[in-house]
Amino acid sequence: MNRSKRFAILAERDINKETFVEPWPEAGLIVTDSPYDPHPSLRIDHATGKVIELDGKSRESFDALDTFIAEHGIDLSTAEEAMATPSLKLARMLADINVPAADIRRLVVGCTPAKLCDIMRHMNVLEMMMGLAKMRARRVPANQAHVTNKREHPALLAADAAEAVLRGFSEVETTVGVARYAPLNALAILIGSQTGPGGVLTQCSVEESLGLRIALKGLTSYAETLSVYGTERTFVDGDDTPWSKSFLAAAYASRGVKVRFTSGTGSEALMGHAEGCSMLYLEARCLAITRGAGSQGVQNGSISCIALPESLPGGVRAVLAENLLASMLGLEVASGNDALASHSAIRKAAKLMLQFIPGTDFIFSGYSAVPRRDNLFGGGNFDAEDFDDYNVLQRDMQIDGGVRPITEQEANDIRRHAALAIQAVYVELGFPPISDEEVNAAVYGHASEDMPMRDVVADLAAADRFLAGAQTVLDVVAALQQRGFDNTAANILEMGRQRVIGDYLQPAAIFKPQAQTATGSRPVFRVSSAINGPNDYTGPGTGYRVEGKRWEEMQNLPQVKSPRDFIADQIGGNSPRLVEIGAAKTSVQREVILAVGPGFGSALNKTINGVDHEQVLEAILTGVAREGLTARIVKVYQSSDCAYIGYIGSQLSGSGIAIGLQSRGTTVIHKRGLARLNNLELFPQSPSLTLQTYELIGRNAARYAKGEPVKPVPVQVDNWARLRLIVKTALLHRRETDEVRDKPPAELLFNWEPDV
Amino acid sequence: MNDAPQYPLGENASAAIAAASGRRLSEITLEALASGELSSADLQIQAETLRAQARVAHQAGYAQLAENLMRAAELTAVPNEELLRMYETLRPGRASYDEMIAMAERLEGAYAAVQNARLVREAAQVYLTRGLARKA
Repeated sequence: MNRSKRFAILAERDINKETFVEPWPEAGLIVTDSPYDPHPSLRIDHATGKVIELDGKSRESFDALDTFIAEHGIDLSTAEEAMATPSLKLARMLADINVPAADIRRLVVGCTPAKLCDIMRHMNVLEMMMGLAKMRARRVPANQAHVTNKREHPALLAADAAEAVLRGFSEVETTVGVARYAPLNALAILIGSQTGPGGVLTQCSVEESLGLRIALKGLTSYAETLSVYGTERTFVDGDDTPWSKSFLAAAYASRGVKVRFTSGTGSEALMGHAEGCSMLYLEARCLAITRGAGSQGVQNGSISCIALPESLPGGVRAVLAENLLASMLGLEVASGNDALASHSAIRKAAKLMLQFIPGTDFIFSGYSAVPRRDNLFGGGNFDAEDFDDYNVLQRDMQIDGGVRPITEQEANDIRRHAALAIQAVYVELGFPPISDEEVNAAVYGHASEDMPMRDVVADLAAADRFLAGAQTVLDVVAALQQRGFDNTAANILEMGRQRVIGDYLQPAAIFKPQAQTATGSRPVFRVSSAINGPNDYTGPGTGYRVEGKRWEEMQNLPQVKSPRDFIADQIGGNSPRLVEIGAAKTSVQREVILAVGPGFGSALNKTINGVDHEQVLEAILTGVAREGLTARIVKVYQSSDCAYIGYIGSQLSGSGIAIGLQSRGTTVIHKRGLARLNNLELFPQSPSLTLQTYELIGRNAARYAKGEPVKPVPVQVDNWARLRLIVKTALLHRRETDEVRDKPPAELLFNWEPDV
Repeated sequence: MNDAPQYPLGENASAAIAAASGRRLSEITLEALASGELSSADLQIQAETLRAQARVAHQAGYAQLAENLMRAAELTAVPNEELLRMYETLRPGRASYDEMIAMAERLEGAYAAVQNARLVREAAQVYLTRGLARKA
């Protein structure tokens, strides 16, 4: 077979770096509806109030997960009603704006995992997105950031965390390359995240016991590393059980730490124990366990396994379905998008839309607020180099993605403040010092490679001492206060007070920082959760709407310019060499009419790419002269439309040939007798027209006038020009249109002789 | 679980809130820290506050979260190191059935952590059946 050039190019596309496979249920490589998935069933022994059959399994053959789900994961008060309600009806309720979230939730919390999947079977992604918009716990969506770096540099971590908060993220998560760094990394993002407005929840993702130790020191305020799995063997391989996870959740809460479980499609197949079940069914089991264990929320949406469901048909739909299932059950949802979802920019952005458009409690869990290569999680579906793209997506769709545009100056200022704060704390706590050079590098740097190397051995020794020693967050606050970082000190102490209050333990809680009333006064962090800010969306006119200050903020990208001065370069006064000498007359001469627009050489002086109008005239007239003809110049007042200008010119021309020329440079060669919108040659892409082209246009017009055979002027096709210049085009056309008058064309005298 | 306090407690009931140390919320200030009055127990949540949050969750329809917060209230009494050990004990294959029952008894006896004890007993039974308990 000869190789098709097109197929060869397609083979090189980013999308074809991905792996696509056909489903293989026995290996768990199927996203929904495995032939081995059980059918929904539930039987309750009313004498004991116990579940005796769950999804086709009787109590004596329950595994540990079945038992936990039966004991804690299903609300038996509505279970029989829910199981008896047709899945199609429940699916339709989800997509129906007239059914409030509470009516659905009352029933679905009584559903078994197989029943939950059966509901999803009836829904396409659009309907699921409608469902998610309604079932999301918190009224206003938010976003979480990942802040890590390969060198685990404390000043860079602090600076990146501070910038992430400035950009609007409500939670900041870090992790480690080397586990022993954990307390220092947690400290760095705590300080960074409480620089500026503060009120942001932070966590350090590490092994469960270590994570709890760091939380006990007061260095973190939430934990989402509590992973659960949909089969017993996978759960045990993860070194936990639903009971140990429940206990851990209570242990965290007992220390005032917000807890979110983690699960996601694909993990069981990846760990080799999917038991032939579909990814979504196993995730439904995870969610029943998560809710049963008393977690307020879940991080799901395949998470770090995303490439696995994506290798299969319907994978991205299944990932949306798992987000929806979690929100239906009343769980806060941090909806993934936290690992690279594709090599293809098209695919990764398309995947994001399924969470971005309906909005989730945290659209990313999290967004890589550092460059991908510095991300010690899964790389992030979007990263620091996509910030501007993301802000534009919010602005394009008027959708709140939880992020705001910032200026470079604001970023530099807050980064410096955070880096100086961690430098001060390192001195006060006796950690290896952070030099001024490191502070500077952290302010202006982008990634690990911009940072000076640190003494890793000394840092790790300090980390070990810090973890084992008696120093806590209070010593950090005291250090900041000592060194004059009063605002950061006050914010961190306020986070401690919030830990005493416990409001942020409720579902989907975040803080909305308020502007401080006076310097030195206590910061005010207003909690917003599913309790005091529940999602009340029931269709158009209800729920959260992007408007007011938030919409203004989202619109005001630093790149936005005022369009008012866009055409300043083109605007001018009357050209001294171009004089009106009366009404244009028809003629019988063998000539070319050069018909210009009403603004030409008067209101406007240059074409869209800055070529002087007089030079354009010279070029065209030279071309005509080279063919031994002359051209009369007329100004058309009735219209600013290029075709019409050329058409009017052709009516006046002795030869019937006219060139129509708009002020922005767009040109047509017209011939009397042709329909108005027809032409001999059209040059619509004014930005690519040069003086050389204009001369050739003049020559061709003259040859048409002489009745000679003509080879059309070659033109460049630059489809990006329209993209770049459309605003300018619109404004130039508007300016020319302002000059339209209800009067006949005028003859112009151009004070110039062709040098032919 | 009636009479849920008005949420957010920080805005509506802050006068009634104290830390695990007993220090009033209003006394947790930078000034107090500067004069050396604060210790880590002043930034720890009290059992009573967790129970109040549990009532909030329950009233809003989050029964399982409320139960978790009630268990958390009980666990405030357990010191850090023992709490970590208890969690470790509950991981698969770490403890025998009898050791788990002993832990449940300690939770009940030493800390009045009745609901946690119930959870641990339930786990012990399941672990025994499913081979997740350490062979004694």
